[in-house]
Parts: sequence; C-alpha cells; structure tokens
Amino acid sequence: MTYKNDYILSCRDIYKSYPMGATKLEVLKGANLSITRGEFVAIRGASGSGKSTLLHILGALDMPDRGDVFFEGKDIDSFSARQANEFRNKKIGFVFQFYHLLDELTVLENVLLARMAHSSAVDWLACSAPAKSRAHQLLGELGLSERIAHRPFQLSGGERQRVAIARALMNQPDVILADEPTGNLDSQTGSGILEIFEKLHSVNQTVVMVTHDEKIAARAQRVIRLADGRILTT
Amino acid sequence: MYDVLLPIKFFFRRRITILAVLAVALSVFIVVVVMTVMHGLVLDFREKNHIFFSDCIVSTDSLVGFSLYEEFITQLEKTDFLESASPVIHTFGLVEAETSGRNAALDLMGIDIDRHVKTTGFADSLYYRSDEPTLAFEPEYDANRPGCVVGIDLLVDRQRTGQYSQLSYLPMWSYLITCFPLTPKGTLAKVGTALTANSRTFYYSDNCNSGLAKLDGSVVYLPFNDLQSLCGMDTPSPRANAVYIKFKQGCDIEACTQKVSVLWKDFIGRKKDFPLANLFDTVSVQDWKAYRRGTIAPMEKEQTMLILLFALVGLITVFIIFVIFYMIISRKSRDIGILKSLGVSKLGIVRVFLHLAFLIGFLGSVIGILSALLFLVNINSLEGWLFDKFGFQMWNREIYAIGEIPYQAKPYLLAAVGICAVAACLLGALLPTLNAVRKKCVDVLRVNQL
Repeated sequence: MTYKNDYILSCRDIYKSYPMGATKLEVLKGANLSITRGEFVAIRGASGSGKSTLLHILGALDMPDRGDVFFEGKDIDSFSARQANEFRNKKIGFVFQFYHLLDELTVLENVLLARMAHSSAVDWLACSAPAKSRAHQLLGELGLSERIAHRPFQLSGGERQRVAIARALMNQPDVILADEPTGNLDSQTGSGILEIFEKLHSVNQTVVMVTHDEKIAARAQRVIRLADGRILTT
Repeated sequence: MYDVLLPIKFFFRRRITILAVLAVALSVFIVVVVMTVMHGLVLDFREKNHIFFSDCIVSTDSLVGFSLYEEFITQLEKTDFLESASPVIHTFGLVEAETSGRNAALDLMGIDIDRHVKTTGFADSLYYRSDEPTLAFEPEYDANRPGCVVGIDLLVDRQRTGQYSQLSYLPMWSYLITCFPLTPKGTLAKVGTALTANSRTFYYSDNCNSGLAKLDGSVVYLPFNDLQSLCGMDTPSPRANAVYIKFKQGCDIEACTQKVSVLWKDFIGRKKDFPLANLFDTVSVQDWKAYRRGTIAPMEKEQTMLILLFALVGLITVFIIFVIFYMIISRKSRDIGILKSLGVSKLGIVRVFLHLAFLIGFLGSVIGILSALLFLVNINSLEGWLFDKFGFQMWNREIYAIGEIPYQAKPYLLAAVGICAVAACLLGALLPTLNAVRKKCVDVLRVNQL
C-alpha cells in the first residue's frame, strides 16, 4: 500500500494503548501527521500526551494498534523483520533524552556501532576505513575530536548528546528522530544541541523532535501540538 | 562486526564476567582433577591385572582342572603369535606358620617359574629375587629347601607412606601347607575309607607385590609340580587349572584370543575320545579383560558413577552461568534496546551474548584445564608435603594399595571436559538472552528513562 509519495514520513489514524492492569490507557487516538523531506518539525505536548510513543511508531521501534505509517510512501507495517531492522539502521537516526550510549565502548566505537550493526566481520574489513573517516569527521564537526578515545562516563551531558547525534548521523539517515534531546541538559547546553539540529536542517536534513518545552519547539520550522492523543495544530 | 566487538568489550569491562570465568575454571578444574585421577586409578588397576594375568587365559573354574594342557601349549608354540605360555594351578589350602602356629585358609597358586616369568610380570613383583626371578622358589639361605612366595600383605606391614617395611634379610620362616586332593571326578581322594590330605613344608623364599591388594593379601605361590602333587593333579594325565598366554608384541589381543579360542575348539574336537575329555567342558578362553571382569567392573562402575556425579557439577556450572548471565543481561537490557534501535536483529543480539558466553566458557576451560594439569603434575609432592606437615593423606596407604596417586590426563578427556564447559556456558546464556531479546525495544528504553 502506498500513500502520498511527496511526504518522506507520514502516519494516518494512529491508535496506541498500553495495558494498565485490567484497563487500557489510550495514548494515541487517531493521530495523523505528514512530514516533508528537509523539514525541521517539533512535536510538542504535555507529559503523557503520547509524543514519544508517536516518535517510536514513526521510527518503527513500536507498532500502532491501528493505523498506518508510511516512509517514502511505503507502509512500514508491511516490512519484514529484516527490512524493519534495515530501515532503523539506514533510514532513521535516533537521538534519545538519556543519550543511550554503550558504556563499554569509546566515543568512536559508539559512533561506529551504527555502521557495524549491518556489517559482517568480512564487510567491516572492507568498509572500516571509510567508516572511521566519517566518524572522525562527524565527531570533529561536533567538537569532539579530543574525546574519541573517552568513554561515555568521562563526558559531560552535552558531549554525550553530541556523541548520540554523531551516531544518529553516521549512516546518513533520511530522518533524525529526537526524543526530548535537550530534556536532560541545562538551557545553554540544550541550546547548543538545538543549533546542531538547525545546522542539519539548513543542509536539508529532516529532523523530527519531540519536546514539552514551548521555547525549544519554537526553534523548529514547524510545530505540531499533540493533546489527548490527537494532533491539534500544525 | 558488532557481534565480535561487543562481547570483547563486555568481557574486559565488566568484573562480573571475570567471576563467570572463575566459576567455569573452578568447575573444569574439579572435574578434570577427579576424572583424571579416577581414570588413572582404573587404568593403573587394569594395567596391573594385565601384567599379572598375561594377555589370554585358558582356564576352568573347576578345582579338578583339565588335562593335556602341555599338548595344547605345544600346539600354541607352533603359531606365529605366541610369545610364551605358562600352566597354572589355582586352588585353596590350609597354611600354618610353623614358628607361630597361626594358620589360615588361603589361595594357592602353582606356577612354573621359568615359563611364568616369561609370560607375566611376576618377576617385577618379587623383592629378594627380582634380579634372578627364576630362583624365586630357592630361599637365599638354603637353595635346596622348597620355597614359597607369599603375597606381600600376608607378611609385611604397609606404612602410611605406602611403603612396605621389608626386612633387609630373608627370615627362615616355614609354612606347613595342606591341600585336599581331588579325583578327576571331583570327589575327595581316599586312601582306604579315610579321606586324605597332603601336607608339605615350604620355606619363605620371597614375597610378591603385584599391586593387586586382593591377591597380595591372600595368595601363596608354590612351584607348579609341588602344588600339582599336593592337589593330586599329578596323575598319569596331569591336570592344571589354567594356561596363561602372552602374545608377541604388537599382536591384537582380541584377535589373537579369538585364534586361541578356535585352536582350543579344534583341539578338544580332536580329543573327544580322551578319557578325561569331559573336563574340557568347563574350560573357557578369555582375554585378560574378560577374565578379570568381575574385579575390574566394580571399579569401572565407580568411575561411571563419579562421572555421573560430576555431570551434576556440570549442571551446577550451567546454573551458575545462567545466574551470572541473568545478572549480566538484566543490566544490559538498555543496551539491547539501543542495539535494536540501531537496527540490530534479535538473532544478532543473541549472537552477541552467545559469543560472550563462548569467550567465558573457552577462557574458563583453558584456565581450568591448565591449572588442573599444574595441580596434577604436583599432586604427589603436594600430598607428600601435606602428609609431612599435617599428616593428611588423600588415600590412607595403610588401607589403599596405591603408591603414588596415578592420573591419566588424556587429551580427548580434557577436550571433552572443555567442550562440555563451553556448551554449558552457551546453554546457561541462551535462556536469559532469549528472554531479553523478546522484550520490546521501547519498553526497555522507556524503563531506563524513568
């Protein structure tokens, strides 16, 4: 099934609920959304409004109870497990509020992990040099050249989030999905992270950011308000 | 590539993995030490039986024995596989020490010393005549007196070190040996109406230390002809109870035993009309393993039982690894979520943890096997030191007839233990891993956000 090919990412009539004991907590109640290539979109809503759930569904990390999600017109529900994995690896870059870096790996290894995730040991021998070169370039652009051999616990919150952004960008994804990327940072550091997203937007990178903060959302090209499980304004 | 990098990183940067390696190493160490020592004990026991009883035995359980043994030996000598053969008499008798008056019913074994030392390892079991074993029945102090070789545990005290308190000289001890001769029909021989018993005095000429405690504590060895006479087996058709056969070096024992069996059947087939042919009915041809099965089998059963017990140790290892992996993976659920968000498949995540389990199992096995070998190489000196310092012995040598603790660290055994340990680790890791990858990525990441 295809749907509106001019949107890079879109969803239609998304319903999602979570079991809460004997009852169900309905989080999304028919959400509709369309994002065009190169847009910087902020999804804003109160805590528990379903913004993170919507983001996870858009990135194929979770499945809706009902409704369809389309990436470049293709229904991601029709993806096989392998295609879904490849979609997450190559088309989407996730940035989480709590960075979610692997503590055992260095900064460089955390960034390279995105490329390794779809390379066998043999493939890696062939592609490790260009991958390392790109990781170095990304870390350099994000001001982390001196930190490549450090491990996450040796970095500040802002630095960790920049590593997470570098990891998300490693495979040159079509869409960056950022879940409260500044939620765990002070305002100055958070502002620095937003500048990175603005720069990415300026080079036509699609960015979808979830936030509860009106000021942060205002820095996006378009703000989508989510309340009571539905998109209210775009 | 992540499935190579991550296990290595997890392994070196988590202390709990070191604990897992130590748990595996300890289990492997225990299993290897116990199995190799037990295996060594069994092999040592089997080897001693083989040395003492030669390669093949033509024997009867009947005390009457069988005739024409020399003729059969002559037949055997014509074959290309025979090294030597020796007729033997097994019987019972009353043995009375003439100096002390103590008496006991003991096993008697009549051997043709010249042929017996060529056929078995009897020569190595002697103390006074080990250099001249054919003179074993000639007491050093008077070669003309009839000698007897006595099982070492009947006469000599065994010390706690496992050594025997051998006398530096050969004491002139005499034994009155009484046998009850049997007719070829199996009845006690009579002189007139009275039952008869044959007695003769023999002089202690040597002792036999075969390493087989039961034999060393119950058998007195006499010259073949003398015991044959005492048992009434020196009739015109003289009888023996067994023929011990040694095959030429390199011959396959089972195949040659089969050839001897065919020869024996052919031989008794030709002697159907011999007056004592009925005595051949109870004769069997067996290789040494079959002949000594009744003695060796219980020990092998003990070994099997130990292996089963240590299979339980293996199960405990699986459980320990399961618990450790449960702990590792429960602390890694966030990482599993991250990997899934990066597009790693469930199978890929399983591979990461199975590679980690393999690494733990492999290193644990190597450390366990190497430390077990190191321990085994030094086990006797260690036991000696413990005995000197604290009087501790693993096996009390006053009770157990072993000298040094034997061990047989066969490569196939070590490899089997190592492979089992790795398999145990993989099994222990599999369940928690499968459990973890079933969890939804968002649930894991959300839980870790809270």
